[in-house]
Amino acid sequence: MWKRLCITLIWVVVIVLAGVWVAGVDMSVIYPKGRIAIEQRDLFVLATLLMLIVVIPVFLLTLIISWRYRANNPKAKYTPDHDHNIWAEVIWWGIPFIIIVILGSVNWVASYKLDPYKPLAHKTPPLKIQVVALDWKWLFIYPEEKIATVNFLQFPADTPLDFEITADAPMNSFWIPELGGQIFAMPGMRTELHLIADTEGEFRGVSANLSGRGFSEMTFVARASSRGEYKKWVRRCQLSRKVLDTAAYEALRKPSENNLVQLFSLRDFHIFNHVIMHYMHPKETHDA
Amino acid sequence: MTHNALFGKLTRSAFEHGAIVMGAGILMLLIACAVIGFLTYTKRWKWLWKEWISTLDPKKIGVMYLIVVILMIFKGLIDAGMIRAQQALAVGAAQGYLSADHFQQIFTAHGTTMIFFVGMGIVFSVSNLLIPLQIGARDVAFPFLNSLSFWLFAAGFLLLNASLAIGDFSACGWVGYPPLSELEFSPGVGVDYWIWSVQITGIGSLFGGLNFFATIFKMRCPGMTFMKMPVFVWAMLATMVLILFAFPILTATLLMLSLDRLMDMHFFTASGGGNPMMYVNLIWAWGHPEVYILILPAFGIFSEVVATFSQKRLFGYVSMVWAIIFITFLSFIVWLHHFFTMGASANVNAFFGAMTMLIAIPTGVKIFNWLFTMHHGRIHFTTPMLWFLGFVFIFTIGGMAGVLLSIAPFDFQVHNSLFLVAHFHSVIIGGVVFGFFAGFTYWFPKFTGFVLDEKLGKWAFWLWITGFLLAFMPLYILGLMGATRRLSHYDAGTGWQPYFIVASVGVILITIGVGFQVLQVFHSWRWREKYRTDTGDPWNGRTLEWSTASPPPLYNFAHVPEVHERDAFWASKHRRSPIPPYEDIVIPKDTPIGMIIAAWSFVLGFAIIWQIFWLVAVSMLGLILSAIYRLSEKETEYVFPAKQVFRIEHGDRYAP
Repeated sequence: MWKRLCITLIWVVVIVLAGVWVAGVDMSVIYPKGRIAIEQRDLFVLATLLMLIVVIPVFLLTLIISWRYRANNPKAKYTPDHDHNIWAEVIWWGIPFIIIVILGSVNWVASYKLDPYKPLAHKTPPLKIQVVALDWKWLFIYPEEKIATVNFLQFPADTPLDFEITADAPMNSFWIPELGGQIFAMPGMRTELHLIADTEGEFRGVSANLSGRGFSEMTFVARASSRGEYKKWVRRCQLSRKVLDTAAYEALRKPSENNLVQLFSLRDFHIFNHVIMHYMHPKETHDA
Repeated sequence: MTHNALFGKLTRSAFEHGAIVMGAGILMLLIACAVIGFLTYTKRWKWLWKEWISTLDPKKIGVMYLIVVILMIFKGLIDAGMIRAQQALAVGAAQGYLSADHFQQIFTAHGTTMIFFVGMGIVFSVSNLLIPLQIGARDVAFPFLNSLSFWLFAAGFLLLNASLAIGDFSACGWVGYPPLSELEFSPGVGVDYWIWSVQITGIGSLFGGLNFFATIFKMRCPGMTFMKMPVFVWAMLATMVLILFAFPILTATLLMLSLDRLMDMHFFTASGGGNPMMYVNLIWAWGHPEVYILILPAFGIFSEVVATFSQKRLFGYVSMVWAIIFITFLSFIVWLHHFFTMGASANVNAFFGAMTMLIAIPTGVKIFNWLFTMHHGRIHFTTPMLWFLGFVFIFTIGGMAGVLLSIAPFDFQVHNSLFLVAHFHSVIIGGVVFGFFAGFTYWFPKFTGFVLDEKLGKWAFWLWITGFLLAFMPLYILGLMGATRRLSHYDAGTGWQPYFIVASVGVILITIGVGFQVLQVFHSWRWREKYRTDTGDPWNGRTLEWSTASPPPLYNFAHVPEVHERDAFWASKHRRSPIPPYEDIVIPKDTPIGMIIAAWSFVLGFAIIWQIFWLVAVSMLGLILSAIYRLSEKETEYVFPAKQVFRIEHGDRYAP
């Protein structure tokens, strides 16, 4: 059995390492590019270390006890009727309890600190972006810049991003792993998310919640650029011949898969609110 | 979809499928034909009807649950293989061999199969087989209800499989979040198949929970107080409490969803005043206790296995019991951790995160108690013990991932990612499935009279554990790379493919492991004379089930045992008392009505799915009349004479 155990472990380690080597280490959650995501990663590391205080002894004890008290070891002590020891039990109720109290407190503090609804403190004023999950594409509206895009997001690095999120489709989840955690996009509901990119770069954005046939392709690029480049890009969008108004929106919301990037200049500034409100008064707005 | 009075929405197009589904449907049909042919050829129809379909004997019902579980493990495993194969292939320009819709149906079927038919099947299989024997009872509290529970479970199983041949299955994931599962976005019959197969089997589970709760409360043998029950029975009692509180929520939620779909109501629609978030809350208010319904029996099994194979009393019995009670209680106040990402306030997230972490404490205590049961013991490394050790490692890793997921701010980063998938497969395979395999090997001789081959069992174990690590460790990494679950296709630039390929290799190894298990059962059965246990107690057992013959007689115990301490059988082993005279034993009469009511439920489910309204009326009438017939039956029991008990107990076991 012990020989087989070693063989198994070697096997697994070799194959997983080979996999890591082939794929390269590109763990966006572990090596993020935004302040929020970095703090979330640090929580992961801290919690893992805290738990290892219990888990490593468990693994060692399991191996040692299994080896020492195997039936064909006559030298080991055998007490068939021994069935409790108050101090031992105090230890293994107590120590995990203390660790969980610490972890619970860390969690409590972090839940407030990293509340996705909390605006980020920063010297630069935030950029407001409205996100609408459609079947099966992402619509991004920049109300202040008077532009809108599909499946593409650009913003200046080192600037807080205020996302307002809804859906005009089944539930989705808005997630840019390198910048920070996700939040659901739901029809008739408005959720919020605050993120920031520390450096320039292109990040992968996805929907993390199953929303139907075209779900796998609901990806987008989030590009953090310099402020100058961003300004230039906004200008280009504003001059786009494509205009997002109510009619264009109605065409856009029809289900479609594998959508390419589209850039719009924005004419109707209330689309986001209409999208939410038509679920409240379906007869008045949407069908009209 | 068109609708006509005679066939509802059912048209010829419901039978037209792509090659893969067609193949699966034809395979199913062939298996059914083969079984029917075999039964006819060997003239076993009457035997099947009398001995199995009509039976009220919990041991036989337990075996029937087991058969469904094993069939569904194969189905779920095939689904899993298809999912991973698609994900290993569909990268960049390659689209794989499945359409997105078909892929989504497969993972929905995989989840539904594994939770409702494998997981719940295991729970009720071990309940039926072992609870009466471990508490020294001759039967369950409500034998007829027990048969009805099983047949409702079987009806749900048939309905799920019918979707392969007629129509299609839900593509909305195993918890079917609206509005995706509403008529607007899923107009086909798939979601209805999902609702009604789960609904019918869920009602069966609720009856089962009621039955075994009453059994444990009322049918324990004299002297067996609560604190003298085996820990397995304690775990099952907690499981039944969870079922009683959780399953009604599932039934009500699914009913509301189906009213939305059938009658244009607006419980969970996005518009018309409905609220999908309500559904998400309700489904997890059932769904979280459900995972403890699955894992607690496994904890119970391991408690028996570890004590027996260490040849020592279970360490910290009182701690174990309290740990179970804490887990039961806590499991009802953590459901929100399934959707930290839905936008609740920091306060709410922090509370539910903390409650979730608390569950780690009693669970950890159980692991320490098992380890200290082994300490100063004489450990025999039989296959069940290997499954236990595999469980300790894999479940602990999965538990750690679980605590990480309970930290709301970190959960935002891994929610619905493959990290989550790796987590719950670690705890469910490492816990529930390994627990089931340990229990299966441990109690197999109890019900057959022969043990399973150890060598083949160990091969299966090592293949399983290697396969598991290869299949799921890469998923933790993938999750941290930002890979979401349920993707039927992804970009080559993500760099995920090598990990998916390794995971597929893992699935292949697991499949070979399952092959060894099949071989193990077959080989042991083929040479059963060699593996026979003469004493009926091959492991030097501790609890009451080993005190009777293996396999146990119809009435379980010729004399109802009297218990004075825990591990009653272990204690009585060296005490030989004179055998008192045998008595007549009252036994419930077999009846096929449980099966008949379930058959009507199947027809009812089918009729609702296809909206064949006249058939809905007919099947409801049939259901009610069958129930009335059963309720008005006068003589439901008969007397098994003492003379016959004597004959069975002394040598002539197979006397009529």
